[in-house]
Formats: sequence, C-alpha cells, structure tokens
Amino acid sequence: MTTEAGSETEVKEKAEESAAQTDQSEKASEEAPEVTAAEGEEKEKDGKEGKGIARYLPTWLKKQKPPRTRRSQPTGESDSKDAQEEDGPVPAVNGHAEEENEAVKSDQVKEKEVESHSTASADTEPAKEEKLEESAEKSPEETAVTEEGEGAEEEKKEQEGEGEAQGGEEGGGEEGHTSIFQSPLRLVRKNKMKLAVCRVTLLDGTDFTCEVEKRAKGQFLFFKVCEHLNLMEKDYFGLAYIDSHEHKCWLDPTKEIKRQIRSNNWQFAFSVKFYPPDPSLLTEDITRYLLCLQLREDVASGRLPCSFVTHALLGSYTLQAEAGDYEPDQPRPLDNVGQLTFAPNQNKEMEEKILELHKSHRGMTPALADVQFLENAKKLSMYGVDLHHAKDSEGVDIMLGVCANGLLVYKDRLRINRFAWPKILKISYKRNNFYIKIRPGETEQFESTVGFKLQNHRSAKRLWKVCVENHSFFRLNAPEPPAKARFLTLGSKFRYSGRTQAQTRMASSLIDRPEPCFERTASKRSSRSLDGAPMISITEATSENGRDLHLDLHSDSKSPNRVHGDNIYVRHSNLMLEDHDKTTDEVLKHQASISQLKRSFMEAPSPSPPQPNQWEKRLTSSPAPTIRIQQQQQVSLEEEIASVLLSRHSGYCSAPPACCTPEPTVDADITPGSTSTLAATEESAPQLEDVPAAENLISETKEPAKTAEVEIEETVVVQEISIAPKPGLVSVTSPQEVTAEKEVVVTVETKEAKQESVSSESESEEEAEYHPNVSICHTQIPEEEEEEEEKEEEKGVSVPDAPSLPAEVEEEEIEKKKNVEKEVEAKSNDDPITTQATNGHTLPKESGLAPEEEEEEEEEEEEEEELKMNGEASVVEAEPRPHVICCSEPPVVKTEMVTISDTFAAQKTEIATKEVPIVHTETKTITYEAAQLDGNGDGEPGVLMTAQTITSESLCTTTTTHITKMLKGGLSETRIEKRIVITGDCDIDHDQALAQAIKEAKEQHPDMSVTRVVVHKETELAEEED
Amino acid sequence: MANMCPYGRFTHAVVRGIPETFGKAGGDSRKNGETSVELAKAQRQFGCLTGALRQKVGLQLIEIPPDPELPESWRIEDVAVIQGDTALITRPFKQQRRSEAEAVRKVVSELNLTVVEMGAEEGDSGGATLEGSDVLFTGREFFVGISSHTNHRGAEVLADTFRDFAVSTVPVCGGARLRNICSMGGPNTIIISNSDGAKKTLRMMEQLTDHHYEVLTVPEDSAANCIYIRGPSKHDFLLHRPAEECPDSASAFQKLQDYTLLPTACSEASKLGASLSSLCLLVNRKHTYF
Repeated sequence: MTTEAGSETEVKEKAEESAAQTDQSEKASEEAPEVTAAEGEEKEKDGKEGKGIARYLPTWLKKQKPPRTRRSQPTGESDSKDAQEEDGPVPAVNGHAEEENEAVKSDQVKEKEVESHSTASADTEPAKEEKLEESAEKSPEETAVTEEGEGAEEEKKEQEGEGEAQGGEEGGGEEGHTSIFQSPLRLVRKNKMKLAVCRVTLLDGTDFTCEVEKRAKGQFLFFKVCEHLNLMEKDYFGLAYIDSHEHKCWLDPTKEIKRQIRSNNWQFAFSVKFYPPDPSLLTEDITRYLLCLQLREDVASGRLPCSFVTHALLGSYTLQAEAGDYEPDQPRPLDNVGQLTFAPNQNKEMEEKILELHKSHRGMTPALADVQFLENAKKLSMYGVDLHHAKDSEGVDIMLGVCANGLLVYKDRLRINRFAWPKILKISYKRNNFYIKIRPGETEQFESTVGFKLQNHRSAKRLWKVCVENHSFFRLNAPEPPAKARFLTLGSKFRYSGRTQAQTRMASSLIDRPEPCFERTASKRSSRSLDGAPMISITEATSENGRDLHLDLHSDSKSPNRVHGDNIYVRHSNLMLEDHDKTTDEVLKHQASISQLKRSFMEAPSPSPPQPNQWEKRLTSSPAPTIRIQQQQQVSLEEEIASVLLSRHSGYCSAPPACCTPEPTVDADITPGSTSTLAATEESAPQLEDVPAAENLISETKEPAKTAEVEIEETVVVQEISIAPKPGLVSVTSPQEVTAEKEVVVTVETKEAKQESVSSESESEEEAEYHPNVSICHTQIPEEEEEEEEKEEEKGVSVPDAPSLPAEVEEEEIEKKKNVEKEVEAKSNDDPITTQATNGHTLPKESGLAPEEEEEEEEEEEEEEELKMNGEASVVEAEPRPHVICCSEPPVVKTEMVTISDTFAAQKTEIATKEVPIVHTETKTITYEAAQLDGNGDGEPGVLMTAQTITSESLCTTTTTHITKMLKGGLSETRIEKRIVITGDCDIDHDQALAQAIKEAKEQHPDMSVTRVVVHKETELAEEED
Repeated sequence: MANMCPYGRFTHAVVRGIPETFGKAGGDSRKNGETSVELAKAQRQFGCLTGALRQKVGLQLIEIPPDPELPESWRIEDVAVIQGDTALITRPFKQQRRSEAEAVRKVVSELNLTVVEMGAEEGDSGGATLEGSDVLFTGREFFVGISSHTNHRGAEVLADTFRDFAVSTVPVCGGARLRNICSMGGPNTIIISNSDGAKKTLRMMEQLTDHHYEVLTVPEDSAANCIYIRGPSKHDFLLHRPAEECPDSASAFQKLQDYTLLPTACSEASKLGASLSSLCLLVNRKHTYF
C-alpha cells in the first residue's frame, strides 16, 4: 500500500478570553486570504499519489470514501468560502454573533488554511449528507453550498467535544491540575456551533440540561454529565435513550449523538451500564451512591426482583442513608415512609418492617448504609442482569439475560441455561437471529451453536451489542484485541470502546482526591422528600421532566424483565445435557477450574493491581529504572520528540538490555518487516493567548501479522529493534524548544490476520460476529505510580531550551534512525516483496482516556505477555519511528523510507516458539512536519509543571498520551504527544484509519493544533496463512 | 441479600411421626409387595433421627403427631420449602397428600414464618406441582429437579416465592427425586451419587450455577442424601446413612474434615423411596440480617 502524508497546518487559539471572541476568530479565519491554503494544498499534492493518506490527513469528515480524484485548489477555496457563509448564521443562532477580533487575525490566516485544506480534500458526498440532515433541522436558508463548511465546522465541534471529554477525564485524574484540561468546558469554542439542548435525567431523578453541539459525540455529553456529577469512576455508567421503537438503547460514546437518537428528542437517562459485581471495590462513595440510586430504582420498579425481607432490608438502608438515624422524637420518616416507593407492591406491612429495621441501623453513616445496601443488593440473583425477550429455536418465549458472568437463559422466572463467557466462542447475529457458539467440553469434539430468535433485527443487534460490551467489560483486561481474522468480517464493527472493569479498577485505584462532597437527595421515588436537604427544592423543580423520562425508560425496560408465557420449556437443559453426555469427572474438574478462574477474575480485589507476570518482573528488574531516568530527562528538557522517544524507550525497556543491538533476533522472535514511516508534521501558529501552539505527531503503523495470535507480539519486538539505537540519541536530542505543544502520535497497525474491530457500524448491518477472547494482559499500576512520582519530582525544574539546536539534532537522529533501519534491513532482508496490506477500518478510539498513567512499555508488556500466553511465535515488526524534523522555513519536511524485508523470528527462551512464521513485511515511515513557528517561546527557559502519560486502549487501538506541561515566561504550555496504535485486519483502510485517528486526536484537543504527524505503517507482504 | 447466609444454620427441625399405616399408601403397594416394611423398625429409626437432631445437633424439635389417615405424612420435607423466614407450602403430586400440609402450615405459622401458598388449583399456578424433595437449596440458589412429582409450574411458583435467589431447573436423572441423588454436605459442598444419572444432573447444575461448589461423590445412591447442619458452635454435623446401609460410601464421608458424623439408619423409609432428609424440615429462626 502506498503511504502518503499530507501536511496540515492548523492553528487554534487555546485559552480564549471568551467564547464569543472565539467564535469570531473562527469566522474571521474564514475570511482570511486563502493563499495560504493554496500553498498548503500544493505541498500536499506533491506528496500525494493515488489514494494517499495525505488526502485524509486534513479531512475530518467521516464516512469518506477514498476519493479517486484530487480536489483542485479552487475547490478548496470555494469550500472555505462556503464555510464562511455557513458560519455566518451560526453565531447568531447561538447568540454569540460578534465582531471580529483583530488580535486573532494572525491565527485566522492559519485557520483559514486549515479549513480550506480540510475541505479541499474532503469528499463531497458525506458532507452533503450531513448537510441535508443539518438543514433539515436548521434554517432552510442555508444552501447546499455550505456543505463543506459544515463539514469543517462539524469537525471542529467534535474536537471540542472530545477535548472537553478529555479534559474532564484528566481533570478528574489529577486533582489540582490547573490547565486547559481541568476545565475544558469553559474553553469550548462556541463558534459556528449548532447547539442542541440535551436533557439528561440523572439517577436522583433530577434533570441535567446542557447544550452540546449537534455534531457532538456521545462521550462528549457523557463526560459533561460526569463532570456535573463529579464522578470519576464513570466507566460503569452510560447514557441511555429511547429509540424510535421505544427501546432503551445505550448511547455509543464514539458516535455522534445526532445519528444515534435519530430524533429531535435529546433526552437521555444517565444510568448504570455495568453493575459492578462487587460494589465494595468501588473506590469512591459517590460512585456507590449513584449505583445505589440506580438499584433503588431497579428495585422499586420491580426490575430487580427481591423478596419481602430483602425489600424491607434494602428499604431500611435507603431510609438510613437518606433520612439518617431513626429519631423517636421526630417520627418524620415514619410519617413519610409511605410516600417512598421501596417496592413495586409495597404495603403497610413492608413499611413497618422497613421502619423496624431502620431503627436497628442507628448510627450508621449514609456511606455505610449505601455499602450495606449494595452488599445485599449484589447478591440478588438478578443483580446486573440485562434481560432481553427472545424465543428459542422452537419458538418458546424465553428471556436472555446478559450479565457479568455470561449469558443466562430464563424461561419465566426459572433459569434454564447459562453460558458463561469462557464457554462462549462466538457471539453473532444475523437478521433477527442471535447465535452463540459454545466451546466444546473436554470430551466433546465439536462446537455447538445455539440460536435464539429475537423480535426483529434491531433487537438482535441490541442484544449482540450488549453482549459484546459486557464481555469486554467484565471479561477482558483490555478492550477487545480484535478477534481472529479468518472469519469474514461483515456487518457491524461494533466493539466496546470504553475501559474494561480491570482497567477502570486500576484507574480508580489511582484516584487521589478527597472524597467529593455530594448531597444525598431523597430520591425522586417519593413525591415528597424525606429530608430537608437543600437540594430538594432544585430537584423538585426539575423533577417534572426527569420523572417523565425516567418513567419512559423504565416502562420500556421493565417489560422485558417481566417473564411472560406459560409454556414449560426444558429443552435447553436437555440440550446441554446431551452435549455433556460424555463428560466425566474431568469435565467437572475442568468446569471447576474454569469457574475458579472466573471467580478469581471476578472477585479479585481490584485495588490490588494484578500481579506482575514474569515479563513485567523482568522489565522492572533492570531496564525499567533506566527508562525512567531517560524519561525524566526528556521531560525536564521538554523535548519535542518526547513522545517518540518515550515510546522508544518503553519499547526498549520492554526488551532486555541486549536489544540495544539492532539485531532483530536478539531477544525475541523477530520478523522485522520493511518499515515505512510516514510522518507528517504540522506547525502551529504562535499563540496570542496563554496557550501555545500544539503539535500533533501522528504516526501510523500498519502491521500485518501472520496470525491473529501473533499480532501483538510483533509490536513489542519491533519496538525493541527500533529502540535499540535510541538510548544514545535521547540524550543528544534532548534540548528542544517547546511552545506548549500538543503532539499526537498516531500509530496505526494493521494486521492481516486480525478481525479488526471498529465501532462505526452502519445501521443497516444485518449481522455481526464477535469472538470473545480473553486477553490476559495486565497493566501495571505500581510502575505507573512510580513514574508518576518521578515526574512529579521533576516539576519545578527549569527546562533549558535550545531553540536553534533542535532541527539539526533531529536530523542527526533521523540519520541514525535510518542507519539503524538499514542495519535491520540488512539483517533481515530476504524477500523484497512489495505487496501491500489492504485497507480496513479502524477506529481510533480515544474516548476513554483514563487518568491512569501508563507508558508504552506497558502496552508492549501486555502484548508480550499475551504472546507468552499463547506460546506463539512472535512476528516482529519495526516500531514506528517518528522522524521529527524541525525546520523553520519550509512548512513541510518529508522523509520517506521504504524498506522491504523478509523477517524471521528467532527463538526466545521465554517464549516457547516452535514454528517461526516468516512474515514478509513492508514498512514505511514518512514524516511530515510543519514549519515550526513555535520559536516564540524558545529563548526562555520553561518550568516543567507536569508530565503525565496516559494510555488507553480500545478496540483495535492503543493510545498513549504523554502530556507535558511547561511554565515558560508566565505562559503555560501544554504539549501532548499521542501515540495511537491501530491494529487491524487486512481490510482496514489505512488511509481512512489514519484520517480518523488524526481527526480524533484533534477532536480531543480542539484548542491545540497538530504540528507533527508521523505515520508508521507496516504491512505484511506475504501471508502465510495456514 | 437479607436471606443469604451460608447454608447449614438451623435452629428448629419439624418432623412428623410414623403412622401405623406406614407403607400402606395405595400407590406404593405394588412396590411394597416384595419389600416388606417393618413399622417398628421404621419408628425406631425415626426415633434415632429425631434424637440425633435434638441431642447431638441441638436443634429444637417440633414433632407433629402422626396421622393414620395420611400414610405418607412422615415425608414432611415434601410439604414445604422453607428458606429464611418464608415457607412455601407446596402442592404434592399426589392428590391425597395435599391435606398433609394443614398441620405443617400451622406449625410454620407458629414459628412466625411467612407462609406462602402455592395457590388454588386454578389460576396462575394451576397444575403446578412441587415437592420439597425435588428442591435443593444450596444457600445461594435453588435447584429444582423436574421429576414425576415436580413440574415447571411448580418451579415457577418457587421462583416467584424466593425472588432473591436464582432458581434453576434441572432434570432428575437416575432417581425419583432430586434429593435422592444429592444433598448439601456443607455450606459449599454438594454430596452426589456416582451414578450416571446423578452425574448428568450435577453437570447441569454446574452449568447453571454462578457459584462453585465442592462435590463429594459417593458410590451409592442412597448415601447421597445426608443432612448437614452447622451447629451453634460452628460445628459441622452430618447425618448420613450408616456403613451397614451404604458400605461403600462410609469412607467418602471421612473426607469431610472436622465433621461430626452421625450415622443414622433409614432403611425402612428408604424402601419407600424416601431418605434421611425426607423426614424433617429444617428451619432457621435466628435469622440475622447483616
């Protein structure tokens, strides 16, 4: 595949004085001369050919198909004009219309550039679609001409949304972090937005109303809500909406809200999506409180059935939490208890029982009462079970319950079958059929498939999605490494995109903030409030709306909970018995061990981080410390390349010291393919405000793996290789100018054998598959913490800046890299086949950026670990080597390297490798970098404020974010480097993936600009599929 | 939840004496033709059982006097399912047994249990039959054996009564009743017979459960029915069939560490298809909420 990169320059002001002003600046930018844009275009063209990534780089539009024709420059202009026009009315709509600000003008020019740039290369069709929708909702005056502008605008909105989300997360992760990340909401640019008013019913029955851009993604709203709630352990929650068929659906955080709700009813309910099996492992009381609210509602509505005694007991804890101690003198609760709904069929007897039990809770704090409530609720058999109506193969009505442990089959109230996640090999749906493929028992030879019929295709898909998400959340340590490839991937690419329970537990173990104060309001279950909490008036004021939605949701979801039907149905049990006919004690043991495993997984106390495996131990033993030191250096020096180097280091550290040699075989089975790195860098304009330019470094790596199992390992080894030479370089290149930049490194890996997972699915999909694989990888908290500490120590260290040096140094570095690469090639060059991996889709998911700090090494470790688990031969791919070139004059510097090599894997002691697959790979690395205009702050030494690294994984992407905050001459600069590894199938569309990745990166940090993009792509040339 | 605590804590046992009509039940007469039942022996064994429950284990014993009109009334386990402070009065398969419930209903009411009826012959639970000997409560969940005496409707009623718990239905293979082939041998232990049918049932149970149970396999079917009670001093008692009745299984019980094993003969009742647990209803009145 050809790899190309386009340069893109985008400038955005960050800290805006006011939203209004921002709007203007944006508008102004539209009007700015388009010469710059033209220039950019031209340059871009140079690098372009065929279907290139370059085209995608600047485009943020979704759904774009690789256009065959390049857009002409004029188009870009017209587009931008359109955008202008388009923008005009918007502020008015928002009420933000204002005059242009002169000060912003310089920025505008650049912005203009960006706009035109992006629009120029945008595909018109998608834009049109959006336009149509938009216009439908908006004023008809806007003509179709404005499409392009719309697209750009939309993109920006999304950026903002992402940025906020991101910010929210970060703010949560690090208390006292004052920066843009802390309160991104305030920084939102209001320009050109079309706002929609979202009404979110919170768990206490109140309504939270907020405005979001119409194009905002689900997570934007979700993060807003979480911020409003001051909730950090948010991964257990989600936003639900009622679709046009009156079904409760979960808002996909990665997709636009508007496209999901498909109506003008922007009503949502914040609710628990994944019920933690052990709520006592939640870190914060506020999380437990919210879970309690949900469960109280579940219980009161009958969705969570429980006995009389349990109703009474739960009610008494509720009373204790909401009303406090029983006061004989003030029998207020006594009077009011009847007003509260504790159970669907509450009666006097129950209320008396509740009061009686309430008396016994005297002295119990609300938090403790919540804990007790949850301890009791969690044991209910229907706790956390999401029921779906279905029919079995004989048309008998049953219910399918999805929960943390697996899939339950109910006939009426009776459990008639159960499929634990470990027993399920595949979950799929086709039309209105839902299938699970069951792992054969030890004595069985064949897998069996059980099919269920759902009401319609939508229900089947909804169930499938819930299964995918629940499996990922509860069963995986990291979100879905895409499943095996061989299966044809049709239909939905949906995967769980957030953090898994393991990850969220780890993340929450890092939460370091005083317990947030929150008001326990008497829940809206009662018409009258129980206590005189100050919140009450508010809640009551808003209760009207909230109540409605609440009711809707519940009435909707209640029905599936009800078990209907009179038929007696034993088929499933019998069926399963048949399956197990041959089983012996061994099977029992096997099952026992499985369930033990399951339990140990489920019940392992989350706060204690996973035991480091051997690999991790190895890592931590020696190389790790070195790495940290290096990191510190980097941080303190504020190198521009920090992220790049970091990643290398981490890679380095993941390999034993010996890996310094470029020799691929040193440490593991290495199959270094040809490496092509494409790096595009964009320069950010000087900032007028506090916030300096941002720099995005995006590198895409596409790695073809031989088999699905092998996929991950390669990365590790790859990194070793590429890293090998780095250590020396690090020190050399350290002095770098920094103008608060944001670097985004996007690494896209494509693996041939992988079934890529993408969250973008079209509604029309009729079928999809999901292979629940359990990845046995861990992220290591302890190490992270250490690193964090170290970084903290670094704070306050002044950073020497060597403004002019960088470029040269960088050049040197590149040279070295090249050398290294060559060496590698020399060793492994055998089979210069230049086939290319194809395309596929990838979804760079970033939403769930956690406040956890992780180094890339960790990812690699995980991968390595998996490798070991599988005992598979590892195929090694070269790590993305972002080549960073700093030059002030030419806007874009491009380096390209194409290496084709035959890689071989060596035996690694640790990894039992029997057959070493030979994988021919092509690797390309191209670096684009925009001219560095950041010279402004170069002279002054900066003070490092914070440095943190965040890793989030989702679907087929791994995102590592390194954030460095500097204080320079009174200005605070933030640089974010992002490394996104996109791993995918042969049918991943690299270009699109990259575009998407960059887009996401930008969206996340709307107020920063991308200054550098390094794309590293690795493609398997010859597949040696079995 | 409120009702969930480890299996085995009981304070009371409800039993019903052996009537003179023991073994004279119409339905069983054919079977009994070959195996003669000794009334005196049965009563003696019954006495041993109640004695063990009262004196060895320390339960409060409530003995309902035998009723000659109800030849099977001594199988009191069938008539009610008691968990926590709820007693479900069942509807036995045999019409003539349904009047056995009256006395039991009275007793459990006196014990302050919440009494739940399976309902009228018509209505929601119409046709539902359920016998306590088809119900295995493990402390965490219910297994209901679908047998000739218990049907799905009955299981549904049970599920509706004990809503806190998962209620799973399993086919009863290799025995007339679920409890004939398995029983609880500890808070987390299921004792089950080694027969193929029992293994089938066990596999189903393992398939359906969210929990993990230890399994103690005994070679003889009749040995699989035991009575486990966790005494007040956290002492484990296990009433099981003596070596004379189940020679091969005696060693299996020795595997239970720190148990007080109480061999209790039950040969006569077992000739009628009953077993140890059939003779008593166990109740825990010291229910503690936590």
